[in-house]
This record gives sequence, C-alpha cells and structure tokens, in this order.
Amino acid sequence: MSVWIPLVAVTAFWLIIGIGGPLLVPRGPNKGIIQTMIVLTAVCCHLFWIVVYLHQLNPLIGPQIPVRTILWLSEKWGDAPSLVDK
Amino acid sequence: MGSLYRSEEMRFCQMIVEKDAAFNCVAEIGKRPYVQFKDLNADVNSFQRMFVRDIRRFAEMERKLRFLEEQIKKEKITIHSVIDKNYDAMSHHDINQLETTLADLERDVMNMNETEYQMKKNFLDLKEWEAVLEKTDLFFQGGIDDEALQEIDQANENETGISRGDKDPMSFSVGVIRTDRINAFERVLWRATHRTAFLRHSPIEDELEDPDTGDKVSKCVFIIFHNGERLKNIIIKICDGFKAKLYPKCPKTSKDRHAAAIQVRTQITDLRTVMAQTHEHSFKVLNATAANIRAWTKQVRIHKSIYNTMNYFTFDGIGKFFVAECWIPLRDIDNVRKALEVAVEKNGSTVKPVLNVLHTDEEPPTYNRTNKFTAVFQGIVDSYGIASYLEVNPAPYTIITFPFIFACMFGDFGHGVLMFLCGLYLVLREKNLISRQIKDEIFGMFFGGRYIILLMGLFSIHAGFLYNDGFAKSFNVFTSSWRNPYNHSFLLEMENSSSPGKEAQLTFAPEDAFMHSDGPYAFGMDPIWNIAENRLNFFNSMKMKLSVILGITQMTFGVFLSLQNYRFFKSKIDIYTVFIPQLLFLSCIFIYLCLQIVMKWIFFWTVPDTIFGFRYPGSHCAPSLLIGLINMFMFKERPAGFVNANNTQIDQCYLSQWYPGQSLIEAILVIIAVICIPIMLFGKPMYILREQRKQKKAVGDNMSVRINMHTDETEVINNGNGVRTDAHPENEKAATSAGHGGHQDETFGDIMVHQSIHTIEYVLGCVSHTASYLRLWALSLAHAQLSEVLWHMVLGNAFGSDGILGVIILYFIFFFFAVLTFSILVLMEGLSAFLHALRLHWVEFQSKFYLGLGYPFVPFSFNQILTEASATDT
Repeated sequence: MSVWIPLVAVTAFWLIIGIGGPLLVPRGPNKGIIQTMIVLTAVCCHLFWIVVYLHQLNPLIGPQIPVRTILWLSEKWGDAPSLVDK
Repeated sequence: MGSLYRSEEMRFCQMIVEKDAAFNCVAEIGKRPYVQFKDLNADVNSFQRMFVRDIRRFAEMERKLRFLEEQIKKEKITIHSVIDKNYDAMSHHDINQLETTLADLERDVMNMNETEYQMKKNFLDLKEWEAVLEKTDLFFQGGIDDEALQEIDQANENETGISRGDKDPMSFSVGVIRTDRINAFERVLWRATHRTAFLRHSPIEDELEDPDTGDKVSKCVFIIFHNGERLKNIIIKICDGFKAKLYPKCPKTSKDRHAAAIQVRTQITDLRTVMAQTHEHSFKVLNATAANIRAWTKQVRIHKSIYNTMNYFTFDGIGKFFVAECWIPLRDIDNVRKALEVAVEKNGSTVKPVLNVLHTDEEPPTYNRTNKFTAVFQGIVDSYGIASYLEVNPAPYTIITFPFIFACMFGDFGHGVLMFLCGLYLVLREKNLISRQIKDEIFGMFFGGRYIILLMGLFSIHAGFLYNDGFAKSFNVFTSSWRNPYNHSFLLEMENSSSPGKEAQLTFAPEDAFMHSDGPYAFGMDPIWNIAENRLNFFNSMKMKLSVILGITQMTFGVFLSLQNYRFFKSKIDIYTVFIPQLLFLSCIFIYLCLQIVMKWIFFWTVPDTIFGFRYPGSHCAPSLLIGLINMFMFKERPAGFVNANNTQIDQCYLSQWYPGQSLIEAILVIIAVICIPIMLFGKPMYILREQRKQKKAVGDNMSVRINMHTDETEVINNGNGVRTDAHPENEKAATSAGHGGHQDETFGDIMVHQSIHTIEYVLGCVSHTASYLRLWALSLAHAQLSEVLWHMVLGNAFGSDGILGVIILYFIFFFFAVLTFSILVLMEGLSAFLHALRLHWVEFQSKFYLGLGYPFVPFSFNQILTEASATDT
C-alpha cells in the first residue's frame, strides 16, 4: 500500500504541472516556448524520479555497515519487526 | 508554434530606389535588423567602388575622433557614454559642419600641444639656468676657490719634466649634467686633463621634467676649474660626449650673478602663469569636446556604414536608379516597405521605391528570432553549426534538456544552491552590469551565460535531492526504509570482538532489513546508503541504468524530430525508408533493453517467488541484462526458467529465459532490426534512381534555352517553366536543398556512398552513443567522490578539538573548505559537466536529425555595427 502513495503523489504533481502549467501561460510572443519548457521539465524530472524510485523498489543488495553504526541506527530508528542472528 | 522551432521563411527581394533617395532609404532600413543586402559588386576592387571617396572622408574623420579621444584620455577627463537607441543619421549639411569642426579641433589641439612642448622646454632651460646661478654662488661662497687653487698648484708641482712657461690664468666653466653620469664624467675629465682640471658638483633639489619623454630626471650642477684655454676645448668635447650643457655666459662676479638670478626668477614666474593659462584653455576645449565625442563617433560610424552598404548596389545604366538585392524575412517585408516609404517622404521625392520579390535557387540564410533568454541557447546550437534553411531547430528543447543533463552529472544540492545564487545575482543585477560595460572577457562569458547558469543551478538542486547528496551528506526527510534486523546480543558480541584496525561490519540482507511493505524512500536515494561501505555498488547500478534510460529517451526524441523534418518537407520516401527503419532498429534493441530494465526492477527481488510462471529461487538467479543482450544477438540456446523439473537449480540460472516465449520474441526482434539495415541502405537510392530515369525520359521533349542578358547566365527550361528540374518534383518551395536538391547532380555511386555513410553512422551510432551516455554516470561518480574527499580530509578534521581552540581551527579549515569547494567542485566540475553535456547534445542528440549546413542571417543594422565597433574601443 505504502508503495503507491509516493508513486501517485509525485506522478500527480508532475501531471498537474505538465498539463495545467501550459494552460496558465499568458498570451504573448513567448507562449509556445514557455509551454515547451514546462512540459519538458515535467517529463524529465518525473522520469528521473521514477527511475530512482523503481531502482529502490526491490533492492537486490543491502548496505554493509560498521557494527557501531548499526547499534546507533537501532537506537535512533528502531529495529526491524523480526530480528535474526547472522 | 512559435518561430523558434524552425527558422524563419526568407524572401529574396529586389529594391529599386531613386539615386537621391538611396541614402535616406538605407539610413531608415538600418534602424531595425530587417534586411541583409547582397554584395552585387563583389568582383569590384574596393578602390573602384562608387562611394570610395565618401568612405575615405569618414575614415579620416574617424581618425581625427580617435586622436581627440586619446588627448581627452591623457587629460583624464571622463567621457560619459550614453546608451541611446536613437539611430537617426545626421543630415548631409550637419555632417559637413562636423567635418570642419573636427578639422578645426584637431588643428587647435595639435597647436596647443606644440606650444606646451615649447614652453616646457623653455621652462626647463630657465630652471637649469637658475640652478646654475645658485650653485655657482655656493661654490664660490664656500671658499672652494682657494682650495681648488691650492690643489691645482700641488698638482702642478708634482709634474716633473713638464715646463710651462708662464702660468695660464685659472678659469672655470659651469654646466649641468644628469646625476647618473656625473661620476664617469669626473673620471674621464680627470684623466683627459692629466689631473689638472678640477670638478665640483652639487645636485639640483627639484627634479625637472624632460619635455620629450615626460619623465622626471635629476640633474646636478658642476663647476670645472682648469688652467688655460687649451684644456677648455678638451672639456667642451667631453661635455658634448656626456650631453652635459655648459653655460659660458655665467657672470664671474657675485653681484652680476645675483642680478641675473632675480631676472631669471621673474621669467620663471611669468612662464609658469602662461603655462597654466594655456593648459587651462586646452583643458576647457577638450572638456567641451568630450561632451559630444561619443555622439559624433556614432554619427560618423553610421554614415560610413551607410556608404559601405550603398557600395553593394548596382547603378542602373540610365543613371537614375539604384538596384539592390537582399534577403528579407517574410514577416518583415511589410515593415521594410513602410520604412522605404518613410525614408522617401523625408527626402521629399515623389517617386515611390519598389520592392519586388524575386525567385532564386540560392539557399536562403537561416534566421531565428531570439530574445535575451533564448539567445544563449540558440548560441549553443549555432556553435556546432547553423541550422539549414527551415529545418527543425533544437534550441527550444535545449533550454531544458541541457541543464537537465548537466544536473545529472553535477547532482549535489549544496553546489547547486551555490550555482543558482551566482546565476540569480547576475540575472537580477542585469541592467546595472550591462550599463557598466565591463570589457573583461571572462566576466563577459559568465555574464552572457547567466540564464544557463541559473537553470543549471535549479536543476542541480533537484538532482541533488534525488541523489540525496548535499556537500557529501544525506538528509533523512522521509523516514528511511531500512531497519536493523540483528539481535542486540549478537551485535554487542560482534562489537566486543572487533579490534581498532579491523572494525566489525555486517551486511543487511534486504529480505530482513528492508521494510518492503513501507515501500522505498519517497523522494530520492535512501539515506542509509550514505553510511554504507558498499555504497558505490548500489549507486553505480542506479546511475548506469539511469544514464542508459535517459540516453535512449533523448535519442528517440531526436529520431522523432527528424520525422518533423520529413513531414515538413513532404518527403514520403524519407519517412518510409529512413524514419521507420531507424525507429524500428532503435526500439527493437534499445527500447526493449529499457523495458527489460524496468521489468527486472518491478518483478525480481531477493525472496523466492514464482515470476511469469517460472520458479525463482533467489537473487542469485536475477537475470543478467547485459549478457542477456549479447546472447540475444548470438541466438544462443537458453533453458527456460531457473530450476529443473525436479526443482534443482540450473547452472548459471541468471542466463536463462525469464519469461515464456522469450527466445522467440527476441529472435523476431533481432530479425526485424537486421532487416531494417538494408532498407535504410538501399531504399532511398533505389527510389532516387527510379525517379531520375523517369525524369530523363520526360526531359527529351520540351527543351529550350533562355539567356539572361543582365546576369549573363543561361538556363535550360523544361515544360516552359523557369525552374531547373528537381529530383523531387513535388517540392515547390524556394530552396529545399536540405539534402534533397543536390541529388540530381550526383551519380548513383555518390548517392550510394552518401546513404551508406548515413546508415552506418546511425547503426553504429546507436550502440556507441548509448554507451557514451554512461558519462552521466562517470561524471556524477567523480563529483560525489571529490565531494566526499573534501569532507573527510578537510572539514571532517575540524571537529576534532573542543572549546575555543576548536572554534578557531574550524574557522580556518572552513576557509580552505569553502575555497576548494568553490574553485574545484563548482567551477572546475561545473565547466567539465557543461562541456560533456554540450558534447552529448551536439553529437549524440543532434546527429539523429540535425544537418546544420546553413549560413546565418546577418542583417544590416546600426545596433550591430555600433556594438562591434565599440568592442574595439579601449
């Protein structure tokens, strides 16, 4: 479930900018350019974000951390729901 | 769509104006950048052109103006330059007056300089004379006379064998010599006169100004005592050699000297007053000139440029009309007509100027209307090559994609903020900085690129968030999705067993430590990777895949832009034999690769599962995409699925097929891609060959020759038209030589070679350019590592000490950190990333659609001419 929240939120954000933005551009000689700029920005930034997001969806490797740092992490962020031994 | 997407349509026009009105017409046209005149007298020597006398006249006036400006600068009067957009040319009457004024001014200033020089010389002489009189008094007052006499007597007695008759009378000479020569002078004098002449010298206190060089030199007065007249000649010759000036008229008695001194002093005071007044007068004149000199220079330059342009016109045989040929953008033709009418009205003539649109086969110049924001990006594109006439212009897309690609390589939140602030400063203070007219070249480059810097900074901030990298540190804004999975007792055991050299480390297994149900970190890279030892493994994988996906996206976009070109030029054959095979080739191989990347991301994790109907034991069987791609081309036999029928794992399970039917689908894709290659290679040449054969048959009928008396050229006319046949008869635009028109001249061999080069470039380019996009990964890795080194080696060390000492150490170390950050990470890395982003645009993106064989539209405009001319001013 929580996988979808950022996905929907960010995609909706860039969709609004990419589709709504060009409608809000005031008339003038530069209208076309500004519309292109807004749409391109939305597309590029969304693509960048979704690549990073999908890469971390199912990570195939985990971080290798010094034990002292792990102890600190455990204190600050809490533990996983079920603990294991090595 | 606005005009920046494609260059403007141009028309070739002929202007016919009356001879008298010609000057006004050109003056009116030059006010706006509408018209590019063609030089109709290109083969004429510049000395034989019509208006050579006028141009010479204006060149002479420019010389006078330069001379006056130099004089003004010497007097350190500041010249106020007003940035004024009014380009009205002065009337002929006024210009003639200006000419006489300048001649008078020049003469006056030169005279004044000459007088000043003379007076300075005079002044020097008088001062020397005054010093001589003073010093001589000193010499004699000090009783040196007796001492000198004694010494000379002694010298004489020491001389044996030289008998003199009666002793010659003692006489003296005074003179002035430069101080640095006095010692050598003394030695030579001593030797030359066999130690019988005697020198005394005293320096002049004031330093005197040498009128020739303007330097101050120090001189001293000397007095020579010698015996007899014979030595006098020797002394005179020596003085000549050392450029010492003798004053033989120095009075011998003290009283006379005093009288002379008083006289010289009054002379000096008078001369001083005269000099001051002359200087003030010349200062006033120059000041008055300085107020007008900029305006005069502008007018002279405007007039000169008008005559230069009029030299391009041809004189009609009857002698009353000028004919000019020019390129005008279609949208501006009415404006030019209006301008011509206004000019002719001003002139008071009744004959209306004529503006005809002609037809020509020449390729028109490329004109893109830009404002101050888009001009920079258009400049970037034009640096590679000016767009061919009417082809798609990559500049509007470059406005965003260039900073975006830059940011992928520069992705650091902190450095992005620095860059953004620099750009913001330059943009907000634009007006002030322009009015200061700073001539420094490096500043000029950065100032010219202020909008690029602003956008690059903005996108870098965004990329910094996504890479979660701000001065080598990460932020945990949304909670990290990784948690500790180990028992505390186990952790403490590991901690106790570790020794200082070998710190104990543990790896988090994703199935235990990654909160899968929470989903990944919401925006960007998870902050846990910043403290992980194997950080680079994860980041490299992400950045490489990102680079490949971004690269293939941009290349596909480029191929679609070429479709825009083919549709605009209505070239169906290009769409079928070039665009579609290109797109198929790209998608069958590379877009398929991207799809595989995304599939692997979505479906394959570390926990055993059933994926696409195949039993998947774990991450060691996650499919290897790179080797998979290679196997796809080699049509290698691969087992289906990761486990055998009896659930034992297959060897090298990461090379097996991972979705049903993969072998078949991949085989089809490869075959389609390979078929596309001969279509690209032979499709268009075959079509052109067929069309040429058809044309040759039709040409046999209806052929006639027309000769044009004026331009002396002959044309072969088919079908009664005045058009040379094209290989593509459906094209009727004025100039569509963008790759099409040249074909009818080429043999089949040429066409084949051209097409095969194009095909090979595309096919090999797809592979090599995809790999080339990996520089996005390489540079961002380098940037991140440099940033980290700077943190660990420089700023990290500042936090070792506590208290006041710590504060002081931090203060100094932060200075080094800041200097290194700005110079290396922002400036050097910024320039490097800028260069690579530029290369990616020029080569990888634009080679998919851009020809860049045009030439720029350079209109006749006073604004341009004056800017260029003032750039050469000091």
